Amino acid sequence: MPVLRFVLKRLASLVLSLAVASVVIFLFVEVVPGDPAAYMLGMNAQEDTLNALREELGLNGSLMQRYLSWVAGMLQGDFGTSYTYRTPVSEMIGERMWISLPLAIYALTLSTAIAFPAGIWAASKRGSVADVSVMGLTQLGVAIPNFWFAMLMVLVFAINLRWFSAGGFAGWDAGFLPAMKSLTLPAVALALPQASILARVMRSSLLDTLGEDYIRTARAKGLSRRQALWRHALRNALIPVLTIIGLQFSFLMAGAIIIENVFFLPGLGRMVFQSISARDLIVVESVVMLLVFAVILVNFLVDIAYAMVDPRLRVRA
Amino acid sequence: MSLLEITGLNMEIHGTPVLRDVSLCIEAGQIVGIIGESGSGKSMTAFSVMQLLPEGGQARGTVRLSGHDMLALPEEALCKLRGNEVGMVFQEPMTALNPIQQIGAQVAETILIHESVSRSEAFTRAREALNRCELPEDKFPMSRYPHELSGGQRQRVVIAMAIALQPKLLIADEPTTALDVTTQAEVLRLLKRLTAEDGMGLMLITHDLAVVADMADHIVIMRAGEVVESGPCPALFDRMQHPYSRALLAASDHQPDRQEHVLKEPLLSLQNVVRDYALPRSKLFAKQGYFRAVNGVSFNVRRGENLGLVGESGCGKSTLTRAILGLEQVQGGSITLDGEAVFSGKQPNRAVRRKMQVVFQDPYGSFNPRWTVRRLVCEPFHLLDTPPQGDAREAALSQALESVGLATEDADKYIHEFSGGQRQRIAIARALIIKPELIILDEAVSALDVSIRAQILDLLADLGARFGLTYLFISHDLSVVRNVCDRCLVMQAGEIVERGLTADIFERPQHEYTKQLIAAVPQLPGKAE
Amino acid sequence: MNRSLVIGAALSAVFVVAALVSFVWVPYDVTALDIPNKLQKPGFQHLFGTDHFGRDIFSMIMVGARTSIAVAVVAVGIGMLIGVPLGLAAAARKGSLMDEFIMRGNDLVFAFPSLLIAIMITAVFGASAVNAIIAIGVFNIPVFARLVRGAALSLWTRDYVLAARVSGKGAARISFEHILPNVTNLLIVQGTIQFSLGILAEAGLSYVGLGAQPPTPSWGRMLAESQTMFSFAPHLAIFPGLAILFTVLGLNLMGDGLRDVLDPRLRRAQR
Repeated sequence: MPVLRFVLKRLASLVLSLAVASVVIFLFVEVVPGDPAAYMLGMNAQEDTLNALREELGLNGSLMQRYLSWVAGMLQGDFGTSYTYRTPVSEMIGERMWISLPLAIYALTLSTAIAFPAGIWAASKRGSVADVSVMGLTQLGVAIPNFWFAMLMVLVFAINLRWFSAGGFAGWDAGFLPAMKSLTLPAVALALPQASILARVMRSSLLDTLGEDYIRTARAKGLSRRQALWRHALRNALIPVLTIIGLQFSFLMAGAIIIENVFFLPGLGRMVFQSISARDLIVVESVVMLLVFAVILVNFLVDIAYAMVDPRLRVRA
Repeated sequence: MSLLEITGLNMEIHGTPVLRDVSLCIEAGQIVGIIGESGSGKSMTAFSVMQLLPEGGQARGTVRLSGHDMLALPEEALCKLRGNEVGMVFQEPMTALNPIQQIGAQVAETILIHESVSRSEAFTRAREALNRCELPEDKFPMSRYPHELSGGQRQRVVIAMAIALQPKLLIADEPTTALDVTTQAEVLRLLKRLTAEDGMGLMLITHDLAVVADMADHIVIMRAGEVVESGPCPALFDRMQHPYSRALLAASDHQPDRQEHVLKEPLLSLQNVVRDYALPRSKLFAKQGYFRAVNGVSFNVRRGENLGLVGESGCGKSTLTRAILGLEQVQGGSITLDGEAVFSGKQPNRAVRRKMQVVFQDPYGSFNPRWTVRRLVCEPFHLLDTPPQGDAREAALSQALESVGLATEDADKYIHEFSGGQRQRIAIARALIIKPELIILDEAVSALDVSIRAQILDLLADLGARFGLTYLFISHDLSVVRNVCDRCLVMQAGEIVERGLTADIFERPQHEYTKQLIAAVPQLPGKAE
Repeated sequence: MNRSLVIGAALSAVFVVAALVSFVWVPYDVTALDIPNKLQKPGFQHLFGTDHFGRDIFSMIMVGARTSIAVAVVAVGIGMLIGVPLGLAAAARKGSLMDEFIMRGNDLVFAFPSLLIAIMITAVFGASAVNAIIAIGVFNIPVFARLVRGAALSLWTRDYVLAARVSGKGAARISFEHILPNVTNLLIVQGTIQFSLGILAEAGLSYVGLGAQPPTPSWGRMLAESQTMFSFAPHLAIFPGLAILFTVLGLNLMGDGLRDVLDPRLRRAQR
């Protein structure tokens, strides 16, 4: 079963990447000078209270022991306890995830929904006014900083037109539509620059495949240009596009961290910045690990998608 | 009325004329061969019939295909004709199929696009088309992907796609150029059979006179966008009028003049050479597998000799070339030049390497595009312990360039300023500059047009006599080897299956494979007897 | 002449010149406070207006260009200096343990977007412009390594490489003499693109306080500072944003233009 073997192989490399990434993150935070327990309790703390807190935070023991207990904890969903809030990090992440994850998915959906038609349209009408204007617009979209674009949208749609609120999150308790509405401007701000990149990649990849010999073969069979594009070029052109979608996911999450700041959304991004200023390293460590996990997972899914599109990869593995 | 009538066809691409006043006819059931060298406009003629012109292409004149005026028809009408009335087969089978679609679906598409039939009926008919193209169901189910097939098999799938609806005209543009001789013979036989069975007209485009001589009813010779001569085949061969046609015919079968100075002593000697490649492991803990590319090969090349090494792609001749050049280590046996091992210890032997050089097939990929000819030609000096400097270097360079018919001034040009034939001369100059004894010609003339090929072969013969060179000709092209080599070796699946004097091998082949190879080579008329 | 190249180069040149001129002359001192003149609208006195401290926005944009360009240049430099040799080495020993190691290392770095790297560095060492440089530079390494490896792999199959090997040249020498000159076009084009991405990334990092710290002026921080005021003083946000937009646009157009001009396939067609 070559497909299964391909998936297993990819899965093994996923686990390996995660292991290495966790070591890197762990060591990075370990080099921090100073003792978090002392930082939390202040200068005049007693040695035995310090020790008790260290024990509670899992700061005692050798480097290896601490790493293993950190990883073992994460595998059970226990990310440790925040130094500042004294609450489990997993709870904090769990709450905020319900903003950051929907935002990223919303943005990715928007970006794909805009980019695919735009890219295909531009490629099928190569050199026309439509192509030139789509390319011009995407050129602008690629160059615009998303947080600035977000600010402009707030100025226009929230402050002047009052269609949306300028920031904050309505909460899922308020209902699906109000919640989505408060995520709309952030999602558009995230999606538009990514959609521009994706549309350009879609167009150029499609133009490349349209120049392939098998398109000529298809035309010689009697397919019109349109039919050749939809039946033969599109699926072949998807391969580089998938790569970009995978890469974009990491940009979307990084971008989300910044965009959450523009819109005062209480997501993972805001939490990270608050933790940095409070030097709450365990929170930073956990969020970074989580985001890295998400990126690696998405790349794994992209690899699987490759194999679905391209039969040659299933064999090669 | 003929099936296809082209009259006064002119075509330009972005204003540059590529076809001038081309006229030709194809009757039903007739095979018409269109012959020309690169740039002759033979492929453009085919694309004009299909009305699949390259970007910026403009055709004028008339092209009538069974009554339809192809140049006047709107695009939708043309789509209905393509694949239905006229099918086309292309040169490069490796890229002509959609890599991510099963072959059955690709053949069935021809039927589905033109007729409103059910999918299952279309697939049944696709199966029949594949069967007719000698791809039987048990070995080639329709669920195969193109990458699971060889070049020849892929070309059969392309042919099946083209003939699935039994078109009246089939256009085949260099259908066998990318294939081995034996595969070429099979594909040509297939095309001939299909033409006869369906009563199709066949437009067979090729650069190889011998290919069409065997099977065409009529021949059209093109040059620089014009038809220079046409007539019935094989009669035309006896009374060719136009000087170009005659030159082409002469060049196809060119035999350079050569005085032999073959000595008895061996220059290059191979003893039981074995070359294994590690295969990628199929399972994680599987035993390491090996592929034996060269299996116990022994032969000698005598000083002053032209030795030919003939084989089809994948027979191991390229691997053997790399081993002789000391680029890769062998797993068994010995390779010695002038008595010294090419590979000594774990290191290639520089002293031996100085005595041999190589000329490759591809005149475009053989040169770093960012270097001047001076630097390119002088590169082998790296093999010398004390390379010549200053005037001595310039003198050696001029001598090398002049001996291949180029000027000293060419040294400061870049490679893109030269044509394919000139590039091959530069490659020879590069090989000559350190005065080697042995030159390995790895398909060195295979990519050249016949007229250029004849000139390069003459040049090689002349240089061989002047500098006392020994040549090892490695080629898949039997006709070249036949015309220039004293002895030859036939290689199949990593082994030498036959060896001997060239004349003996070609006239009295012993081994079954050699017989097949020789039978597969297309013959010019008057040569077969 | 290629249109996007000319427009792109002109746009980029404006900002490079502004950055260079700012070393010797700016209309107003960007460190001096001038509270009476705070939040002026754009006009003849102050071309782009003034901020809440009365500082001249035009001058701040000129000086900010310095930060953006410096960070992006150094980050691209780090990416090229480390990434290119890694890519060349991986291609020269394709399939070897070293190749595998370099490629897996690349994959790993790709899993850390530059913002995450910046967050980690800042969390540990505190915020500075150097952070931004390291974070963006580290993320550039695999970009160049992959690009060079991919291009070099196809170059290694060329016959001229084989000819060089027949002339007794080793892998390092061939990489340097034959491979590198033939990937420079790609490097120039990708370098321009990474340069523009670097400017965007630097702006983003400064915006959230992970980049250049006060008093070093930077476009991203100007935007962050404007955020509380831009409902009544939108010019505070408009001009630094436009500066980023036009610089990045100029660099991207230049990259596209260079790609067309340097592409050997297109060049051959022209001859």
